[in-house]
Amino acid sequence: MATHRISLTVNGSTELLDVPSQMTLLQMLRDKLALTGTKNGCSAGECGACTVLLDGEPVNSCLVLAVECQGASVVTVEGLAKDGVLDPIQETIVDHGGVQCGFCTPGMLISSRALLDRNPDPSEDDIREALVGNLCRCTGYNRIVDAVQDSARRQAGKA
Amino acid sequence: MSINPHPELPEFDYIRPASLAEASQFLAQHAGHARPLSGGTDIFVRMRDGIWHDQYLVDVKHLDGTNDLTFTPTGLTIGAGVNMNRIIASPEVQQHYPLLAQACRRVASYQLRTRATVVGNICNASPAGDSIGACIAFGGTLKVHGLNGFRDEPLQGFCLSPGKTRLQPGDIVTAVHLPPPPPGSAGTYLKLGRNTWGDLAIVGVTVLAAPDPTAASGYRFRILLASVAPIPLEAVAAQEALAATPLGEPAFKEAARLAAQACSPIDDVRGSARYRKAMVRKHTQLALLQTWQKLTR
Ligand SMILES: Cc1cc2nc3c(=O)[nH]c(=O)nc-3n(C[C@H](O)[C@H](O)[C@H](O)COP(=O)(O)OP(=O)(O)OC[C@H]3O[C@@H](n4cnc5c(N)ncnc54)[C@H](O)[C@@H]3O)c2cc1C
Ligand code: FES
Ligand code: FES
Repeated sequence: MATHRISLTVNGSTELLDVPSQMTLLQMLRDKLALTGTKNGCSAGECGACTVLLDGEPVNSCLVLAVECQGASVVTVEGLAKDGVLDPIQETIVDHGGVQCGFCTPGMLISSRALLDRNPDPSEDDIREALVGNLCRCTGYNRIVDAVQDSARRQAGKA
Repeated sequence: MSINPHPELPEFDYIRPASLAEASQFLAQHAGHARPLSGGTDIFVRMRDGIWHDQYLVDVKHLDGTNDLTFTPTGLTIGAGVNMNRIIASPEVQQHYPLLAQACRRVASYQLRTRATVVGNICNASPAGDSIGACIAFGGTLKVHGLNGFRDEPLQGFCLSPGKTRLQPGDIVTAVHLPPPPPGSAGTYLKLGRNTWGDLAIVGVTVLAAPDPTAASGYRFRILLASVAPIPLEAVAAQEALAATPLGEPAFKEAARLAAQACSPIDDVRGSARYRKAMVRKHTQLALLQTWQKLTR
């Protein structure tokens, strides 16, 4: 079994890790770095609970090998808040009650953040399309969509 | 029987070759035990499910030029490492090959498409592959690097059966090349899943059409069907009918009937064979109409 030494940044800090070939980014985050905000719902790319940003783009971390992240920059839900201040999308998902059991929330937040970064003024359809890969069994989605829309409005107000 | 909801990946060695020559050599030397790795979105799921047991995954998405997406007067070249979101967002693809962007956009979810590649979609040779029909319709060719260097492999006839292609041990697809689109062309991809977004196709219909004075009808159509035969199916009789008869709703209806007749679907968890045939007919007719509206507006 081959192990590989990789270096990458996770939520801004540099990590040097030894990872076996078959270790996923998801396993590395949870088991090596104790970043358990990122969830394992299906291990199969279906549910989106494991979504993180890899070099700024959202990926299913259950379908990325840790060794493929050599030199990359990863942001997890733990990296969204800055200096104790919530990211705007975190604020609005709280305000709109877009969290129930919370299992989907880290992935939802990452996908929403990524959407707002590439499209600061998304329509409802844009939001629903961007969140297709994030399943939620609790909220019925409407409050999450409202939260993303509100976050976009607040961002525009500030700009 | 107990079901493990979170199976881990089995042990394998991740190989990152420095050159295409090295990669081809390694793959050929370990034929049957090694597999090229692009986005891994098919591979990891298959390995977790215990269907594939490769000892080596050979990462080919960083090799010479495989990350380039280029548009020139000779056409569009999509490197094997180019993910589907990049294709969808490319202004050149949107302008010249909107059909391809439309098809890619129907694959899974945004975060899956950050990893999924068109070349992986093609090499996986699933009858349900959403982007394969568009690449065939545009007359695509694969650039393949094997033990004897580079060669071109036309997409037509590339898929042999589910999961089987013309690739030989040591072969790595470095890019798919699409020639310039036919002048005045328009296309449509319609996908029926169990839900609107994010499911594999029960039926997928790709239509590409362009004016052609050598056809009696004045237009040449290509129709590719997904998920209704062991390989992406070209509805040849329907295409011939559309070249021969005056175009309009009755012609599209007849072509849709011929397309449904040509397919040989199976019953599976996503739909019955009978339902699939009916849906091919409905969606082919709709895709032809939508394409016609784009052509004549
Ligand atoms: C949750 C989920 C949903 C999905 N939904 C869809 C969908 O809606 N529509 C759809 O079409 N597909 C879907 N897929 C399947 C998959 O995402 C696509 O087929 C994707 O395009 C595969 O690309 P990849 O780069 O990830 O391929 P990989 O997984 O890396 O490879 C797939 C196959 O191609 C071979 N291969 C890859 N690159 C090369 C190369 N350069 N040279 C030679 N052989 C190569 C591999 O060895 C392997 O056999 C889904 C998958 C998942 C997990
Ligand atoms: S755990 Fe990765 S998509 Fe479900
Ligand atoms: S809040 Fe429970 S799954 Fe979304």
